[in-house]
Amino acid sequence: MADAEDLPITNGPGAAAILAAAGGCFALGLLALAGDASAPLAQALNVWKPTGPLSGVTDVAILIWLALWVGLNRLWRRRTVSMSRVNLAAILLFVGGVLLTFPPFMDLLQGK
Amino acid sequence: MELTVHDAVTMLHGMGFGALLLLAFSGAVAGLYSTSIAGHVWSDRERRLACVYLVAMAALAWVTVLAGAYLVYPWYRALPPPGTVDLSAYPQRLLMSQTSTSGWHDIGMEWKEHIAWFSPITLTAVAYIFIRYGTHLTKFRGVRNAVMALAITAFVATAVAGVFGAMLNKFAPVRGGQTIVIMKGEKHG
Repeated sequence: MADAEDLPITNGPGAAAILAAAGGCFALGLLALAGDASAPLAQALNVWKPTGPLSGVTDVAILIWLALWVGLNRLWRRRTVSMSRVNLAAILLFVGGVLLTFPPFMDLLQGK
Repeated sequence: MELTVHDAVTMLHGMGFGALLLLAFSGAVAGLYSTSIAGHVWSDRERRLACVYLVAMAALAWVTVLAGAYLVYPWYRALPPPGTVDLSAYPQRLLMSQTSTSGWHDIGMEWKEHIAWFSPITLTAVAYIFIRYGTHLTKFRGVRNAVMALAITAFVATAVAGVFGAMLNKFAPVRGGQTIVIMKGEKHG
């Protein structure tokens, strides 16, 4: 069944939410890796001292997720987009995000 | 029967919010499947209840990760003063002090503290899409399949965080703070 084009709403807003969530999770993984690999970056991500760099990693990832969501939603609000492409991109971003948060993979990338 | 404030908050984070969230996934997945994939017709009231359910799950996920990161985690990673021999009040250092337990921190906590955040992010998207599309969701195959995948991703992320959280607290409990006396026990022997 193809996405219905005759409906009063399009798949754009849903696609925006899906891709933004995947992008936010990937950003979280990327920031976690960056904070682990670079001491100056870890210091910069230390937004709230008791929680340490995790506070900055999650805060920045949430901001990226929300910015992506707002941006994609503006672009796709009234559009019908290819869900197979959006879902493939989302899967790749989620898998990337999971791998980047997985400590043995992080260590592998850093040659530890 | 006593526990400390740190015990109570850690229990609330893991066994309260986290476990409740894990339990809620069965209802969410069954509901999403029924209304969006199997195409069962729900009344407006049932659909409204499902919307409230999913929003509550997303809120619960946010409360869980925020409590974990900003209440429990600072106690977990507290640094002992130099020369401290008894590390029982410093869970991270206690785990890292022995090769038999360091993996629980190096892999368990390091993974849990990040992957747990996938859950509120994905559940927020699930709740938004379910509310935004309403009865039309069943007609958008690509979107509805992705919503199911997002819900399952959130479940896996919560389960990973929950399992490691339970194991971490088993090997190095987060304790401290004021003592709460629940009831006076009997003296034996």
